[in-house]
Amino acid sequence: MTTYLIKGARPLGGDPADILVKDGRIAAIGDSLDATGAEVVEAAGLIALPGLVDLHTHLREPGREDAETVETGSRAAALGGFTAVHAMANTDPVADTAGVVEQVWRLGQEAGLVDVVPVGAVTVGLKGERLAELGAMADSAARVRVFSDDGHCVADPALMRRALEYVKAFDGVVAQHAEEPRLTVGAQMHEGDRSAKLGLTGWPAAAEEAIIARDVLLAEHVGARLHVCHVSTAGSVDILRWAKSRGVQVTAEVTPHHLLLTDACAESYDPVFKVNPPLRTDADVEALRAGLADGTIDAVGTDHAPHAVEDKESEWAQARPGMLGLEQALSVVIETMVEPGRLDWAGVADRMSVRPAAIGRLDGHGRPLAPGEPANLLLLDPTARAAVDPAALASRSRNSPYAGRELPGRVVATFLRGVPTVLDGKAQK
Amino acid sequence: MKRHLLEAADLDRDDATLVLDTAAQIDQALAGREVKKLPTLRGRTVVNLFYEDSTRTRISFELAAKRLSADVINFSAKGSSVSKGESLKDTALTLEAMGADAVVVRHWASGAPHRLAHWVRGSVVNAGDGTHEHPTQALLDAYTIRQRLGRLEGVRVAVVGDVLHSRVARSNVGLLHTLGAEVTLVAPPTLLPVGVGSWPAEVSYDLDAVLPKVDVVMMLRVQAERMNASFFPSAREYSRRYGLDARRMGALHDDAIVMHPGPMNRGMEIAAEVADSARSTIVEQVANGVSTRMAVLYLLLGGSPQ
Repeated sequence: MTTYLIKGARPLGGDPADILVKDGRIAAIGDSLDATGAEVVEAAGLIALPGLVDLHTHLREPGREDAETVETGSRAAALGGFTAVHAMANTDPVADTAGVVEQVWRLGQEAGLVDVVPVGAVTVGLKGERLAELGAMADSAARVRVFSDDGHCVADPALMRRALEYVKAFDGVVAQHAEEPRLTVGAQMHEGDRSAKLGLTGWPAAAEEAIIARDVLLAEHVGARLHVCHVSTAGSVDILRWAKSRGVQVTAEVTPHHLLLTDACAESYDPVFKVNPPLRTDADVEALRAGLADGTIDAVGTDHAPHAVEDKESEWAQARPGMLGLEQALSVVIETMVEPGRLDWAGVADRMSVRPAAIGRLDGHGRPLAPGEPANLLLLDPTARAAVDPAALASRSRNSPYAGRELPGRVVATFLRGVPTVLDGKAQK
Repeated sequence: MKRHLLEAADLDRDDATLVLDTAAQIDQALAGREVKKLPTLRGRTVVNLFYEDSTRTRISFELAAKRLSADVINFSAKGSSVSKGESLKDTALTLEAMGADAVVVRHWASGAPHRLAHWVRGSVVNAGDGTHEHPTQALLDAYTIRQRLGRLEGVRVAVVGDVLHSRVARSNVGLLHTLGAEVTLVAPPTLLPVGVGSWPAEVSYDLDAVLPKVDVVMMLRVQAERMNASFFPSAREYSRRYGLDARRMGALHDDAIVMHPGPMNRGMEIAAEVADSARSTIVEQVANGVSTRMAVLYLLLGGSPQ
């Protein structure tokens, strides 16, 4: 196994130091380390961060390999600085059995670019009718700890209560897609001034907030862990802040696109901006940034959602919701949180690595940059700025909402347990 | 004028006035003529691309194009490649390859004409998209109001009914505001969109309070199936609170007119004696639809008139 000497990187943006990576671990951090025989990675001016962890990725395999595969999604993740991604369960077949989650886990191992951590479905077929075999998925080789019907809300309150209770037996967490389905029939975009004008059926903020309010009460009642996916409204942030102040075991994520984009994007009727939950207002964006800054929102989850061209080049109402996120997530966080001074590099590490790893109960990820720790890390050039070119992305799909937009930050290298998955900004396999 | 007519906001006051004046010139030119045809668009191709059944709008556009001597192709989603799953983009590229100078599109999806405009070089005319806009309806309505009342500036217009789902309402609010009229939307709160407060219009839930103050009452079609989604309790209750019957018509001042874009639900939003009264402009609206659509096609394809 090659030994690497990373020279002059700034761990968490601090003073420059050398990082010696050996046998999959960080062997030493210090000034002018001498490591004969080690391959040198010049990192002057680069920021070193722990490898990012995504709680919310759609890899589309099995079922829609034309949109993304475990391998192509893993490559996109590595290029984005990730060392672990949670693969959502809404594949075809649905990841609701030990067999499917083990298949996804094995494909991730074979790709070898990031740790692919399967999420198990909460209910059979994501139908919201009865619990999937959660224990079998937890006990499988995939060691599932996060369960979600993402794409669908576990809308039945009694079923949600049982799911929250049941996964306590193996320290699991239910990640809820908070959307009251009766309030969002046919919904196309955020309900407000712009939906009224555009004649697109509205998705009211209350449909998200009502479910979050219900679920934090249920989590408190049964003493279970709850994770809220893709929080998108100011009201949701308020409810989460209140719940946390009461000691409810609730965590939450926000997507990069909800930190940056608003419902004004829908005015183009370009379905690349159609996503669920929808892009909201400026006031919501501001509340989400504030929530991420003060820790009310624990993590950034990409909700990376690749779609084939034919599912996006259509009428707005006909298009599938979702947008790419893995390769630009860190850049968007720099643009919206770091450059405005709302999060320092330690904060970025906390929200994009430490906390998501803790929520997913991942060993070996989200660890400090310190001797003896697994060498999961990334090197970032914070000064680089470039316009996003969808054709240049590693994802098999092209539905990036950032096309043509100039964003800061470039991931120069990513190491997974001491092996470079990205060097000089290029994937190593 | 812009190259496409996708929504009322594509027309500023000068453009909108030009369309209405051109329609009036066309009416004058054709008045009393036996051959109701102008040679203006000879050799140009207009495609009517209809993803939704709408006999009256399609016929109106077809007649408009034919009276301008254009070649007209009707491309209906039913019984065509579209019903076999061809995408809007592929259909657009097909029309483009055939050299369509204008595509008149009716679509069930809001924004479909905007997407189409990205993919074709010809002019796109929105003939109604989902619950978004129907700009030529607003033009013919404005033309009708001006014809009857002699002006648009300061005219007070009540738009009554299912504003939430109405593309006619959205286009009329925009265009009438551009032309200086004052619009009041009248509907039960369930049939007004969240966000209606940002529109350049007043809002009222009380039809009886509004009627004596307006010059124009524009009734919108209300579909009975809205009842099943609890937008209102029953057709009868809707009709009682928001229908225009003979008693309510009596509250209008002497010169006020009653409009309806059709097709009407007689007995639901409008009583037969109102629809057939002298105040009603419903038949004129149909005739004016042809002239205003001629004006739109002429201005988009033929350049400015002398």
